Amino acid sequence: MESSRYIYMIAGMLFVTFLPRFLPLMFLSNKNLPDKVIRWLSFIPAAVLSALLAPAVLLNDGRLFLSLENTALLAFIPTLVIAYKTKNIFYTVSCGLIFYLILDLIF
Amino acid sequence: MDNTYSEDNNLNKNSIKNGFKDAFPIVLGYLPIGMAFGMLAVKKGLTALQTTAMSIFVFAGSAQLVSIEMIDVGAGAAAIIAMTFLVNLRHLLLSASLSLHLRNLPAYYYPFLGFIITDESFAVASAKIDSHKDKKSYFLSLGITAYLGWVFSSGLGAFLTEFIPFSTGGALDFVLPAMFVVLLVMQISSRVEVITAFSAGLLSLLFALTIEGSWNIILATVAAAFLGVYLDGE
Repeated sequence: MESSRYIYMIAGMLFVTFLPRFLPLMFLSNKNLPDKVIRWLSFIPAAVLSALLAPAVLLNDGRLFLSLENTALLAFIPTLVIAYKTKNIFYTVSCGLIFYLILDLIF
Repeated sequence: MDNTYSEDNNLNKNSIKNGFKDAFPIVLGYLPIGMAFGMLAVKKGLTALQTTAMSIFVFAGSAQLVSIEMIDVGAGAAAIIAMTFLVNLRHLLLSASLSLHLRNLPAYYYPFLGFIITDESFAVASAKIDSHKDKKSYFLSLGITAYLGWVFSSGLGAFLTEFIPFSTGGALDFVLPAMFVVLLVMQISSRVEVITAFSAGLLSLLFALTIEGSWNIILATVAAAFLGVYLDGE
């Protein structure tokens, strides 16, 4: 890609990515927000993780992927059990990888 | 919230060490995605240097992948920038949520803390940051380690495209979903949170299947958080 067009594109991407990451943090971190807003924000982690996870295991190329071929979906179930039992990132990710490898071999 | 003690301006060694350690699954998860991105970008017309520089300056996996697809079909820079904005708009929510933890610091910290907010650093931080007294050190160390992992793996893919046979779809692609699963479980402690998470997942699927673009995550998150507040109030 030619340099001038590339630099213009990267500068634009940097700008529009950085601002939404930076502005709320900068300007809300010294404000005392109303209780309702704090409660709304406290639901964001659980909500956003779930909103990221569901399409990651259930969709493929924008379509529902409900099949034994969908190894990520199959591995999701035992991984969830380990996550619930251990609440430990290391154990869950390691077991998740093992489940994935085994299920990938079987189906 | 945390205004009770005055923030110590020094960086806390213990928090730095923990942030570094907690970034490990993120770096492992970035490895296949970053390499795939690097190789794809070089195949679609960026130089290896341009590809690595994009990771250094933009640091946003999904937006970077989308931009490569758009370059490939000849989209203009303005269209690519607009799409990047849309894909990364969800960071507004993550940033606002983190502002509850990273409070009243000297202003010069915030550009750095903001730059390293990603889905992954946010997810780990929301589960773990409360146990640290020096939250900024923890998040800086977590985020910068993840950042270096992303730059390294995309650079590796870009510079070694010719030399390594690599295809996606392997087990390493499951590292980040598995990490999200356990972080989600760690977040949830009440019935309302369970309902909120289920609704967010369901809405995200529904929006992904019906609305063009990348609106599903932000819309589902906003709506589910409102539902949570509503149910909480009853």
